[in-house]
Amino acid sequence: MELALSVIVGFMIIGALYAIHAKDILSAVIACGIVGYGLVICFLLLKAPDLAIVQIVVETITLIIMVAVVLDSSREEAFSKPDTRGYISAGLTIILVLALLYFFRMAAGSLDTFGTSTLRMAGPYIEGATEKTGSANLVTGVIFDFRGYDTLGEATVLVTAVLGVITILRIKGKK
Amino acid sequence: MTVYLLCFILFLIGLYGVITRRNLIKIAISLSIMEFSCFLFFALIGYIDGGIAPIVDPADPLKTYVDPLPQALVLTAIVIGLATTSMLMAVIIRIYRRYKTFDIREISNLRG
Amino acid sequence: MKGMSVIVKKTTQLVAGLVFLYGVYIIAHGHLTPGGGFAGGVVVAGAFILQILAFGSDFLNLVKEETGSTLFENLAVLIVLLLAVSGLLAGASIFLHNWMPKGTVGELLSAGMLPLYNIFVGIEVAASILTIFLALVIFKEEISK
Repeated sequence: MELALSVIVGFMIIGALYAIHAKDILSAVIACGIVGYGLVICFLLLKAPDLAIVQIVVETITLIIMVAVVLDSSREEAFSKPDTRGYISAGLTIILVLALLYFFRMAAGSLDTFGTSTLRMAGPYIEGATEKTGSANLVTGVIFDFRGYDTLGEATVLVTAVLGVITILRIKGKK
Repeated sequence: MTVYLLCFILFLIGLYGVITRRNLIKIAISLSIMEFSCFLFFALIGYIDGGIAPIVDPADPLKTYVDPLPQALVLTAIVIGLATTSMLMAVIIRIYRRYKTFDIREISNLRG
Repeated sequence: MKGMSVIVKKTTQLVAGLVFLYGVYIIAHGHLTPGGGFAGGVVVAGAFILQILAFGSDFLNLVKEETGSTLFENLAVLIVLLLAVSGLLAGASIFLHNWMPKGTVGELLSAGMLPLYNIFVGIEVAASILTIFLALVIFKEEISK
């Protein structure tokens, strides 16, 4: 299981590297789809079918919007003249990456080995879940019954984002 | 431990893309890649070897289930990621209509 | 935005109704099988987006301005809030209380208020994504005039 997951995350890393360094913008957007759909396969291997369904449809909508934006513009290639500001930012990135890897090494010592989660917080949720909520899908029971506030917050975020998009993309005012 | 390290490397690749790229669409793509690595990390933490998906079968209810709590968190986060990316794309469309370019250095050079 | 060729139009006429029905199935069985309100809502929005992409910008009267889909979205969020507040009135005085009868696990009509939450959150998510897409299409139309 860990080997299969490592291979798929390796493909995602190769796709991400190509998406960042591609010359053509449309190719970069489609390579972003590699990362998204590889994530769907990872979710299926990790026994999370809810997440796989949501991720595949959301990735499709994101790709549609991005391709609509890119095709509408000039579809130029990315600029490639390295100068001093480019070298300074690349050097800063390498320092930041090394610092973050050091901190990750320190923090990963306290993670359990992969595949042995202790269910410390989810134990009381799972035990009486079918009597307390009455639903067969545990994730839906957790979302709407035990943690209903988070779902309410998410609905609010969606409405606010739609409000923002309508306000930004408006040309004619009220007559 | 290898999978956790590869997931973090994906996050660092996204961070590198946000800092060093000059094209606005590539910055948006790198932000999206950072979000995907976070979702993968949450789903990796809750996995149990030999567990099954968290759907209760009414005929045979005593099994070990994979942790459903990180899955509930990631479900909310995926939809919020869609809202954020679409709003970023709306801003990018407006910037392109005004300045006719996607390069962030030319946008900061033009004034009013 | 022009439509596409005749083959795409005929295929979309056959397929879009099935996609809509599949989205409604995922929403309605959210407490029994994987899926739920969010996944089903995005699939229902996908059925409408497919038809707008295939037939061009003059598909529905919604494309002139987006007030139709915004009305659905705001009404659905209001009903979700009212359902959450109704827990205060029906007894235990906590917000988001699951007070309707629970039934047997595994039936379609079970789990109290969970199917109602699923349906209205699904309508809200579908209307949100449709509104975002319509705002994009209307912007392109206004620019190209």
